[in-house]
Formats: sequence, C-alpha cells, structure tokens
Amino acid sequence: VREGARITAGLRAAVPLALSPVLFGAAFGVLALDAGMGPVAAIAMSATTFAGSAQFAAASILEDGGGAAAAIAAALLLNARYIPFSLAVAPVFPGRRRRRLLEAQLIVDESWALAGRSGTFEYGILVGAGLVFYVLWVAGTGLGTAVGDLFDAEAIGLDAAFPALFLAVLAPYLRVRRALAAAVVAGGIAFALLPVAPPGVPIVAASVAALLGLRR
Amino acid sequence: VTWVVVAAVGAVTIAFKASGPVLLGRRALPPRAAGVVEALAPAMLAALVVTQTVGGDGDLVFDERVLGVAAGGVAIVARAPLVVVIAVAAAAAAVARLL
Repeated sequence: VREGARITAGLRAAVPLALSPVLFGAAFGVLALDAGMGPVAAIAMSATTFAGSAQFAAASILEDGGGAAAAIAAALLLNARYIPFSLAVAPVFPGRRRRRLLEAQLIVDESWALAGRSGTFEYGILVGAGLVFYVLWVAGTGLGTAVGDLFDAEAIGLDAAFPALFLAVLAPYLRVRRALAAAVVAGGIAFALLPVAPPGVPIVAASVAALLGLRR
Repeated sequence: VTWVVVAAVGAVTIAFKASGPVLLGRRALPPRAAGVVEALAPAMLAALVVTQTVGGDGDLVFDERVLGVAAGGVAIVARAPLVVVIAVAAAAAAVARLL
C-alpha cells in the first residue's frame, strides 16, 4: 500500500512536466519520418530506447545520410550516461532480477532527477513519473508521425525548463561539502568538454568527479 | 538500415539502464565505493545542468536558456516549489525570445 501511495506521488510529480514528452515526442516522430524511418520504427524506437537526445541524434544522422554506424555510435555515446544514473539509483529497486530489469527502463533524465529530489532516491517517484513520461513519449511519437508537429516547444521555453528542474533537484545536495565539490568539478568538466568533445562525452566524462566521494 | 539502428540502440540502451539494478541490486557496497555512488547524483545533475543550459551542436551556446535557468535559480533560492521553478524558467526564456 505504501509503495502504491509513493507511485501515485510520482505520477503527480510528473504532471507539471507532462507537456514536454508529448511535444518532443511529436517532434521526434516528425524528424523520424523525414529521416525515412517509417512510423512503426519511430514508435518502436521510442518504446525501446526511451531517451530523447539519443533518438534525435540517431534520426538526424540518418536524415543527413550519415549511415547506421554513425547513428548508433552517437546515440550510444549520449545514452552511456545511463550507466552512472543506473548505478546511483540501483539500491531502491525491489523484487527479483527480471522485475528490476523491466522497471529500470523507466529511468530517464527527468524521472531520475525527480526521484532524487529529496536528497535520497525514491522508488515510487521514479516508477510513477517514469510511467507518465514513457506513455506520453510513445504516444507523442505516434501523434507526430500521424499529424506532424504540435507546436514549438522552444517558443514556450521548455528547453530552459529542463536545466532548471535539474538545478532545483541539485540544490539540496550542495549543502554537503563533498557533494558540492563533486558537482562543481563535474560541471566544470562538462563545460570544458562541450566545445571539443562529441555530444554525450561531456556528461560521461563528468562522472569522474564522483571519485571525490571515495572515503578514506 | 532503420531497423538495425532501432534494434542496436534499443538493446544497448536497455542494458545501460538496467546495469545498476540488475548487476548491483540491493547489495551493500563497500564504504569507499558507496561514497562514489553517492557522489554520482550531484555530479551527474551538475553535468546535466551545464550541458542543457549551454550545450548545442558541439559548442557552447549562450542563448535564452541561460536567462531562463538564471530565473529558475532565483526561484530556487527563494524556496519556491518545483512546479514554480520550472514555470518561471520556461516563462523567462519564452519572454526573452519574444523581445
């Protein structure tokens, strides 16, 4: 029962952000069609990969005629961040291995960030918010392939809403000196690498900053 | 070609996302490693803030997002609830784009 209540809290936590997976999902659907992917492949990709930036990268490389290998490499570099995300949140998943494998698929930037908003990860928030984002992301993709772009997400500032969400979730961590140090170093690494490294690499490289957490 | 990309990216991403809960599970880590995993959350959040605020096309891009995030930061310092922080950031970026 308590688990159910927490999942409901997760569903509710996702509501203020619910518009974005629909809009960005539709935008991905449109781009996928332009790239010659076909509606079924576009929806299948949203259902299995469920990670916006990697899907946009793969589809735009295909659209530019960049080839399958380049598309796969770019998408996987972008998604490699999910290894450290997944390690960080691992202890909260209950149940047997197969259930953990399935529920871990609900890890996406926004559900992962919301789940950590109290300073410790909460399983119910991750699963509840993740479910909302997943359903809307797949539905948005289908909508995009069927009716085209809904409206411009940038015009309503959604691209600034995400970093603000991550900053809000980060803020309470910064009261602990070790976490503050890790955040500053990670942010610095990401900033320094953005102009020189391929997309995805700055975030993955920034995970090195977590070594500051090594306890003596 | 399309389906090769869909299958390969999907399969490996599923493995990435499952790596922690499947391989690590609820096992208690040795304290040194636990400290590193604990520090992953703030480190990754900070990296996301930076890449999503000034990242773009293989370069640093300073545009209306910076203003939006700064406005969100003010809301955070003022202890506004999460919904308000998100709304303030989006509104600030949207208004800045209109000007």
